[in-house]
Amino acid sequence: MDKIKKITKMSLFLPIFSMILIMLINVVYDIGIGNTPWNFFIITIKNGVLYGRLIDVLNRGSEVAILAIGMTLVVSASAGTDISVGSVMSLTGGMCCMLLAGYGVSNTSEYAVPLMVGLLAGLGIALVCGLFNGFLVSYLNIQPMVATLILWSAGRAIGLLLCNSQIVYVRVESFKVLGSYVGPVPTPIIVAAVCIAIAAVVLKQTSLGLYIQSVGINGKASRISGLNSRRIILMCYAICGLCAGIAGLVATSRIYSADTNNIGLNMELDAILAVALGGNSLGGGKFNLAGSIIGAYTIQAITTTLYALGVSSAQAPVFKAIVVIIIVVIQAEPFKSYIKKISGRRANA
Amino acid sequence: MKRRLVSVLIGMTMAAAMLSGCGGSSDTATDEAADDTAAEASGDEAEASGDLITVGYAQVGHESDWRTANTENYQNTFTAENGYELSFVDADNDNAAQIEAVRSFIQQELDYIVIAPIETAGWDTVLQEAEDAGIPVIIADREIDTTNFDAFVGTDTEAEGETAGNWLGEYLDGAEANILVIEGSVGASATLGRTEGFNTIAAEHPEWTILDSQSGDFTQSGGQEVMESFIKSYEGQFNVVVCQNDNEAYGAMDAMDAAGITYGVDGDVIIISFDATHDGMQYTLDGKINCNVECNPIQAEVVESVIQIMEAGEEYPERTIVPDEAFVAPGITSAYATTITQEILDGRAY
Repeated sequence: MDKIKKITKMSLFLPIFSMILIMLINVVYDIGIGNTPWNFFIITIKNGVLYGRLIDVLNRGSEVAILAIGMTLVVSASAGTDISVGSVMSLTGGMCCMLLAGYGVSNTSEYAVPLMVGLLAGLGIALVCGLFNGFLVSYLNIQPMVATLILWSAGRAIGLLLCNSQIVYVRVESFKVLGSYVGPVPTPIIVAAVCIAIAAVVLKQTSLGLYIQSVGINGKASRISGLNSRRIILMCYAICGLCAGIAGLVATSRIYSADTNNIGLNMELDAILAVALGGNSLGGGKFNLAGSIIGAYTIQAITTTLYALGVSSAQAPVFKAIVVIIIVVIQAEPFKSYIKKISGRRANA
Repeated sequence: MKRRLVSVLIGMTMAAAMLSGCGGSSDTATDEAADDTAAEASGDEAEASGDLITVGYAQVGHESDWRTANTENYQNTFTAENGYELSFVDADNDNAAQIEAVRSFIQQELDYIVIAPIETAGWDTVLQEAEDAGIPVIIADREIDTTNFDAFVGTDTEAEGETAGNWLGEYLDGAEANILVIEGSVGASATLGRTEGFNTIAAEHPEWTILDSQSGDFTQSGGQEVMESFIKSYEGQFNVVVCQNDNEAYGAMDAMDAAGITYGVDGDVIIISFDATHDGMQYTLDGKINCNVECNPIQAEVVESVIQIMEAGEEYPERTIVPDEAFVAPGITSAYATTITQEILDGRAY
C-alpha cells in the first residue's frame, strides 16, 4: 500500500498515467474488432525500416517534443508562453529552402549553396527570432504573449516573402534525410532524442535548471541574490527559438519543401498543451521537462489513436478536446484532493 | 555593443515587416500604373473602335502555379485588341485588401467587376455597394455564401469527383475495389464537391468499398501522416487511394515508398489525384499517379463570353461551368480522360 502511494505521489505519475490511458483505448478497440490486443504496440521491421503505430507516435511527435523543450523553459522562467514557435518553424523552412534552391526557384534538384549553409542559416534566423522575443520580454518587460505575437504574425509572412509565396521544393536525397530514415530508424526520432538528451544533461549537470526555476519563482529575489534574471530569460527564449528552428528543419525535410503556409501551423498550441499536460504550471517557476516531453507524445498518441479508430476528420477535434479535458481534470489540484478524501474515507471504513 | 546589435536586429525585423505589409499595395500600384499607360496607349484605338469595356479583376494572390496561370489567362484575354481595359489587383491572400480593391473598382466606375473570392463570407456590404452603383459583378472560381452578385463562373468540383469515379469504374471493369480517401480541408468547397461526386459513382458500384476517409488538409505532410496510418489499419486490404489534391498525393506516395508498397501503373495500388498541377502531371506522365483530374484555371474566356452577353443586354446564364479535363498515365486509354504525353505537359500553361 505504501509503495503504491509512493508511486502515485511521483510528479511524473499522472502524465504517464494519461498516456497509458490513451493507449489502452487502442487495446480495447483492437480486442473489440478481433485484432491481437497489443496491435498498437507491435513494432516490426518492414521494407528495412521500423514499422508500427508506436513508431508513428514517436516519429510524428518529434516536432512537438522538440518545441516542448524550449516552451518548458520559457514558461518556467517568464511565466508566459512563446506563441511564435509555429511561425518561426515556417520561417526557418522558408529561409533554408530559399537558400538551397535560390531565390525565385520553386523546384530544384540540385543545391544552389551547400546543404550546411542552408541548414545553419535556417537555425541562425530561428535563433535571431528567439533573441528578439527574449529581448522584448526581458529587457523591455513586454508581456510574453504580446511580445511573441509580433513574430507569430510576421514570421510566416517573412517566410512567404522569402519563398516568393510559392512552395519551394528541394528534391535532393541528402536534404530528405532529416525527415526520413537513418538505417531503420526514422531520423526525427533521433533528432528529438538528441535534443532531449542535451537539454536533460545541461539542466542536470549545470545549475542552469535551478537558475531558471528560481527566476521563475521570484525574479526580484533571484536578482538580489546575484542572478542576472534578464539574461536568463533572454537565454530561455533563445533556446526556444533554436528548438523551433530544429523542429522547422525536420518538418521541412519531411516534405522536402518549404510549404510556408502550412509548416508549424497551430503547433505553438500543441507545444503549450504539451507543457500543461506534463503537469507543469503555466504560471512559471518549477518545471518538469520529462513531463512536457511525455505530454508532447501524449498529444501525438491521441491523434494517431483517432486515425487508428477511424474517427471521421470532422469529429476528430471534438474527441481530442474531450480527451484533453479529462487529462487536465485528472491533474487538477481540487480533483486530486477530492480523490484523496474519498480513498482516505474508504481506508478508514 | 550588444545593445546596438539588438537594436539593429529589431530595426531589420521591423523593416522586413513593413516590406511585407507594403508588398501587396506596391503590386497594386504598379499594376494600376501599367493599366494607366495601357489605357493611354490604346486611347487612339479606342476612339477608332468605340469605347473599351473596363473590367476589374480582384485576384486571390499568386500562391501557386495554378493562380499564376489563371492571372496570365485573364491578362491575355482582356486585352485592348479584344476591346477591354483590365484593372488587375493581386490581393496576396489578404481578404481586406481584396474588398478594398473591389471598392476602388466601384469608385473608378468600371463597367464590370470580376472577383475570385478569398473568403466565402463577408461579401454582402461591398456587393451591395456595387449593385447600388449599377456595376455587374461576376464571381469566378470559388463560391461565396451570398447571392447578391450577377453571375458565377467556375469549375464544378462535384463533376471532378464524378469523373474520377467514372474513370475508376471503367479502368477496373467490374473488379473489386477497396478504396481509401484522403480528403482535403474539412468544409472546403473542393473537399465537399469532390467527395460528393466520387461517392455518387461509388454508390453505383456494389463491388466497391470505401474503407476509410480522413482529412489530409490539402497538404503534403497531412497526406503523408494519414497514409502512414491507413497502411497500418488496412495493411494489404486496399487497392485504390483517392487523394483530393496533388500535394496529398505526394505525401501518400512517400508513405507508401517507406512501407514498400508499390503504386501507379506498374504497382499494386491505383492512385487518383486532383488539380493536375505541373508536378502532379509529371508524376502522371511517369506512371506514378494513374489518373489526375484537372481543376481548370483557364476561365477568362468563359468570363468574357458572359460579359459579352451582358453587354448585348441579352439573358445571361447565372452559373457557367468551366469544363475540366482528366489525364491518365501512359498506357491507359479512357473515354473519360486523355492519355498524357510529354507534348501535352509541355504545352500546358501551368
